[in-house]
Amino acid sequence: MIAVRNPWMMASAILALAALLFPLSAGESALSWSDIPALSVSVLIFAAMSVWLARGALRGLPLGLLLLGAVGLGGGMSLYVLYQAGAGGEAQLGFWLFIFALWTAVWCGLDAISSFRSLNTWAQRLADLLVPLMFGCWLLFLWEVLTVGFGVPQVLLPSPSMIAVRIAGSLDILAADFHQTFIKAVISGYVMGCGSGFAVAILVDRVPFLKRGLLPLGNLVSALPIVGMAPIMVMWFGFDWQSKAAVVVIMTFFPMLVNTVSGLSAAGVLERDLMRSYGARYWQTLFMLRLPAAMPFIFNALKINSTLAMIGAIVAEFFGTPIVGMGFRISTEVGRMNVDMVWAEIAMAALAGSAFYGAMALCERAVTFWHPSYRQRR
Amino acid sequence: MTPSPVQSGPAGSDGDSVVRAHGLTLSFQTADGPVHALSDIDLEIGRGEFVSLIGPSGCGKTTLLRAIADLEQPTGGNLSVNGVPAHEARLARGYGYVFQAPALYPWRTIERNVTLPLEIMGMAAGARREKARDYLELVNLSGFEKKFPWQLSGGMQQRASIARALCFDPDLLLMDEPFGALDEIVRDHLNEQLLQLWAKTQKTVVFVTHSIPEAVFLSTKIVVMSPRPGRIIDVIEADFPRERSLDIRETPEFLEVAHRVREGLRAGHSYDD
Repeated sequence: MIAVRNPWMMASAILALAALLFPLSAGESALSWSDIPALSVSVLIFAAMSVWLARGALRGLPLGLLLLGAVGLGGGMSLYVLYQAGAGGEAQLGFWLFIFALWTAVWCGLDAISSFRSLNTWAQRLADLLVPLMFGCWLLFLWEVLTVGFGVPQVLLPSPSMIAVRIAGSLDILAADFHQTFIKAVISGYVMGCGSGFAVAILVDRVPFLKRGLLPLGNLVSALPIVGMAPIMVMWFGFDWQSKAAVVVIMTFFPMLVNTVSGLSAAGVLERDLMRSYGARYWQTLFMLRLPAAMPFIFNALKINSTLAMIGAIVAEFFGTPIVGMGFRISTEVGRMNVDMVWAEIAMAALAGSAFYGAMALCERAVTFWHPSYRQRR
Repeated sequence: MTPSPVQSGPAGSDGDSVVRAHGLTLSFQTADGPVHALSDIDLEIGRGEFVSLIGPSGCGKTTLLRAIADLEQPTGGNLSVNGVPAHEARLARGYGYVFQAPALYPWRTIERNVTLPLEIMGMAAGARREKARDYLELVNLSGFEKKFPWQLSGGMQQRASIARALCFDPDLLLMDEPFGALDEIVRDHLNEQLLQLWAKTQKTVVFVTHSIPEAVFLSTKIVVMSPRPGRIIDVIEADFPRERSLDIRETPEFLEVAHRVREGLRAGHSYDD
């Protein structure tokens, strides 16, 4: 009996061998493993390698990279089975067991890479990046294989490849929508909403009675339902991006106000006494102590608002727009059953939102480098 | 209640007093009624003196220091600092205050932390940098200008905060248990350095502590305080030479003064029982 140090790899080997016992697909294509000998041999090699790895032959980064490479090849082969050999919509147990074997291998490989520790910062950073990247790729692959393998109707859920084809085919429309919704409505609304939230927070701090008067009012504004406000904003500011920016302002104002107000009281008692002992004026204390100390709070609001702004602008476009914009496109293409176009817009919105959030997070890192949560990396 | 005797050091007797408190009282209103943090304090501190305020916690020594710094408002009596009311002395940047914790701003380099008061006073950047270099050298922190506070040890951080309190050259240095959070070896070392600094700069120092050896080793005058209500129960002169080493802590004179401080503290406690 062999000593199993890595049960996941053993499971992977057993799944791969079990897969060989069952047919790949049924129906018209009716594939069995013997129809594709090269694939069968590859699966055998994969199983042998898994057994070898299950005995603890490799660890850490080499194990992870080897497994990711193997899964890459295996993934390519399974796509070949689906598209070239015609198993799409008719995949059977043999095929799915093979996908399960790849799954456990990916699990094991990512686990190995994520526990990688190196003093070389570049190697470490690369490994840290590889894990989420590969995990994302794997999820996309799984989505592709599941939708194609089971023949899921395009209206219910198109496969990533269909969405990608649609994106590539309608770049001009997507660019126009992006420009209308993100550049015009989101960015301007975000700047105005965060800016006014910040300014009012300073005002509230300077004039104490406003704290009682304005904060509840801000709370009220944040509680307004967006689907109720959006049509009103359209009536006030017209069909173009201005009304969407107004909705974004309403959504981003309050998080910024509340976070800045609590951030301004984040500076410690000693630090304030220090400023007082120097006879510092209000604005000096504000700029030299209280605002820097409030930065972690302010960036929290900026990050929350970056995603809120996207949602606000897209939803607001459901209530009247010129014939361009991400929300407009989603609402009309759903009606025309062009679900792949809807998904293309969703993908773009997700990408833009994440990039926006990421940019804010990077700024935060640069500005609040002194905060205990970022210190150790310097 | 008998008022505490007004005692002053040799330097203070010629009327050149930096701090003068007469009948000073300070009460806080709390839910359980007023708390008398300071009661009828008479104290005079002369130029160039090193005065320690010592007593158990709750005796008002920190409150007295904060009142001198105009960080607390007395409820009665007179208090003048540098010959003017404490409020004016603060606005004239008449003192440097060293807190229990370094209170360095983590987003500023050591250099820019030290020059913070100069920046508030509106000094030009070039002159500030020069001052920072001088005062960091004075506290033996040359070469750490570009470091951030969290990259330094606790003792180094506290030295940087002393440089910050000194860099605008106030006559009066107020120190609130500045070495309380440090271990004993670092503390001894910093005590020696503080004495050298005092001898070099001729500042008046008011120093809050609850360590008897520290108070006796550093001071020209030891003010023993007692809680509930916070008051002065003894003022002890200690005239060791200005240049002294840690070795004097073994001498009979030192032990005698320490004994008197201990007696005073004990008397303050028995008053309570």
